[in-house]
Amino acid sequence: MLRKITLLAATLGLLLGAAAAPALANTAEEPANVHWDFEGPFGRYGKAENQAQLQRGYKVYREVCSSCHSMKLVSFRNLGDPGGPFWNPKYKNPNDNPVVKAIAADYQVDDIDTDTGDTTKRPGIPADRFPSPFANDYAAKASNGGANPPDMSLLARAREGQGRYIFSILMGYENPPAGVTLNPGQHYNKYMAGGVIAMPPPLKAGQVTYDDGTPSSLEQEAMDVSAFLMWAADPHADDRKNTGIAVLIYLLLFSGLLYLAYRQVWKNESH
Amino acid sequence: MSGHSTYEPKNAFSKWLDARLPVTRLVWDSFVDYPTPRNLNYWWTFGGILTLCLGIQILTGIVLAMHYQVGGATAFNSVEHIMRDVRHGWLIRNIHATGASMFFIAVYIHMLRGLYYGSFKPPREVLWLLGCLIYGIMMATAFMGYVLPWGQMSFWGAKVITNLLGVFPGVGQSITTWLWGGYGVDDPTLNRFFSLHYLLPFVIAGVVVLHIWALHVVGQNNPTGVDPKSKADTLPFTPYATAKDAFAMSLFLIVFAVFVFFLPDAMGHADNNIPANPLQTPPHIVPEWYFLPFYAILRAIPDKLMGALAMFGAIGCLFALPWLDTSKVRSMRYRPTAKICFVIFMVVCIILGFCGANKPDDQVIPGLAGFMLLDANANSWVWLSRIGTFYYFLYFLVITPMLGLTETPLPVPETIASPVVANAEKKG
Ligand code: HEC
Ligand code: HEM
Repeated sequence: MLRKITLLAATLGLLLGAAAAPALANTAEEPANVHWDFEGPFGRYGKAENQAQLQRGYKVYREVCSSCHSMKLVSFRNLGDPGGPFWNPKYKNPNDNPVVKAIAADYQVDDIDTDTGDTTKRPGIPADRFPSPFANDYAAKASNGGANPPDMSLLARAREGQGRYIFSILMGYENPPAGVTLNPGQHYNKYMAGGVIAMPPPLKAGQVTYDDGTPSSLEQEAMDVSAFLMWAADPHADDRKNTGIAVLIYLLLFSGLLYLAYRQVWKNESH
Repeated sequence: MSGHSTYEPKNAFSKWLDARLPVTRLVWDSFVDYPTPRNLNYWWTFGGILTLCLGIQILTGIVLAMHYQVGGATAFNSVEHIMRDVRHGWLIRNIHATGASMFFIAVYIHMLRGLYYGSFKPPREVLWLLGCLIYGIMMATAFMGYVLPWGQMSFWGAKVITNLLGVFPGVGQSITTWLWGGYGVDDPTLNRFFSLHYLLPFVIAGVVVLHIWALHVVGQNNPTGVDPKSKADTLPFTPYATAKDAFAMSLFLIVFAVFVFFLPDAMGHADNNIPANPLQTPPHIVPEWYFLPFYAILRAIPDKLMGALAMFGAIGCLFALPWLDTSKVRSMRYRPTAKICFVIFMVVCIILGFCGANKPDDQVIPGLAGFMLLDANANSWVWLSRIGTFYYFLYFLVITPMLGLTETPLPVPETIASPVVANAEKKG
């Protein structure tokens, strides 16, 4: 019996391994093995240090990436949700959060003048989504040498390696190895499949000045903006993990009770 | 097993109802008094677990459909709306997406249980066929469900699989066009897949009723494969099987919860978080893990038509199994050679899964140079999948029929109760 269970466990393990296998076949280098404190079952974005990191990451996004990359699925108010960079327990409703309001007002969003029907611009409010830097994909391509900067809302979960991958791309610019010729507008990045990327190196050390005084080394900026993008792709992670721990505790206790009930029922029956 | 009903209505209302629609009697006879072999092990709890899985998929699916907006321009964003803005939408969607994988883990265990203990042999052929039918509809449902979020893998997976039918000579291309509702995978395809994805689980539920009906006519098999002969061999379903099933379900839910809350991306594919783009083929199109062995069989054969036939044939073998197996002994407990062949078969299925996940021409053992064998290097996934495919069919079409005629099985116990009693005495 025990042997069979071991066999089954091994089988299941292999099956799950098979599910994870497709990433194997890739010419690019494996993403760097970096970690963030908010990862894992017990890590939380809401922890003070991690929230500070999200705020720094947002600053990098705002000052650097957002000039090319859109983030269409995220609303300003999300920044003030629990687990978000600007969550403040004083403002349970993120629409009231003054930091969020100020960030939104800093953007100009499209609107329609209801008196004339003309398109106009107005300052953003927390309920608005992040406006995109380009009017459409064609404009984005035209300004970026024919390559479309992917939308950032879900980017961290749209690549094998997730945040590690984004971090690696930002750190992975190199001179091309012998034999690789680059066209104008192309760059060599060892983490990109095929090695050639159309994005110019977006970050350098000291590119942003952090409000909390953290020295802005390239690595620090890359870690911070990757953290922010991981949050943007999975904004309910804290809620998910908290619920998960409660559910697991419940199920473990419940299973214990059911096991006792099962033993009680079968007490006098051989099997 | 459909013996005399022992149900006795207790109060005036149940007497009144029993004389008009004896539904309480049906439930009593099927799930309380129903005799189950006393030696059922935990592999027998997966039938109940599957019913639970179906229920979970239907419930979460209905809630998702309240927020999902079918259509090429809206589908992807509406799923993200569920993940971000709908209260607990992330929970519902994670349960539904993970639930499909859990459903397949359970069904594969359930089916392997049937293979090992010979549950497909007379008189359970119809029960087995209904099970295979359920499995077929499950695959169709899961395939169409995966298309709904309209990510890159949704789109390109749909394209690859529907194109399969195009390889059949003459009618193939017209069938694909008819399925698509146009000349490519597009809005009409997505619309009909949504409609069918909503419908099919209820069809499954209907076939499950037949499946359980058939089960209750012929009775459950058991680890010895010996038919119950007396009352000493069985126990009433409630409380005995119910208690064991409930415990097993709860353990299953623990594994389920670990994936839902802590590994939501483990079973999925990152590319499906990129909106579908008909102009950009992903570098590596792979189906969901539960289709990988069949995908490997499809690609093992260089000819497209033969590949598709082999793939459907691999599933067809399951349907034919009751008539392929010649052994009079049900349980492989008493068939040492069959047991070995069966274990190899399971390993081969897993290896085929890996073959399906990797690019056919990539090396299996990295760095080993290998040599050219016909059309590909011997050290490549495509050759491994050919060996696997060969054994897969060998197992069903040669080993299973031959072994029943040639092997000498171990002695089979007289009754279910006899080894059970012997065991209990040994334990003291
Ligand atoms: C000058 C415009 C520009 C800026 C600024 C920019 N990017 Fe990009 N980015 C691009 C373009 C163009 C691509 C598409 C590259 C390609 O497909 O070759 C891209 C692609 C990417 C990719 C995806 C690579 C892949 O796997 O396809 C990541 C990750 C990325 N950018 C991260 C960032 C981050 C983080 C920042 C801010 C620190 C940033 N980018 C700033 C233009 C930009
Ligand atoms: C939605 C999917 C399915 C559901 C809900 C389901 C449900 C059940 C239930 C409740 C039982 C009784 C409990 C047990 O003995 O495990 C059962 C038995 C059985 N099922 Fe299924 N089943 C499903 C799919 C399948 C498939 C795909 C097959 C095989 C191809 C299959 C083959 C069998 C057989 C042979 C039995 C009798 C088991 C025995 O007594 O040995 N079932 N099923």
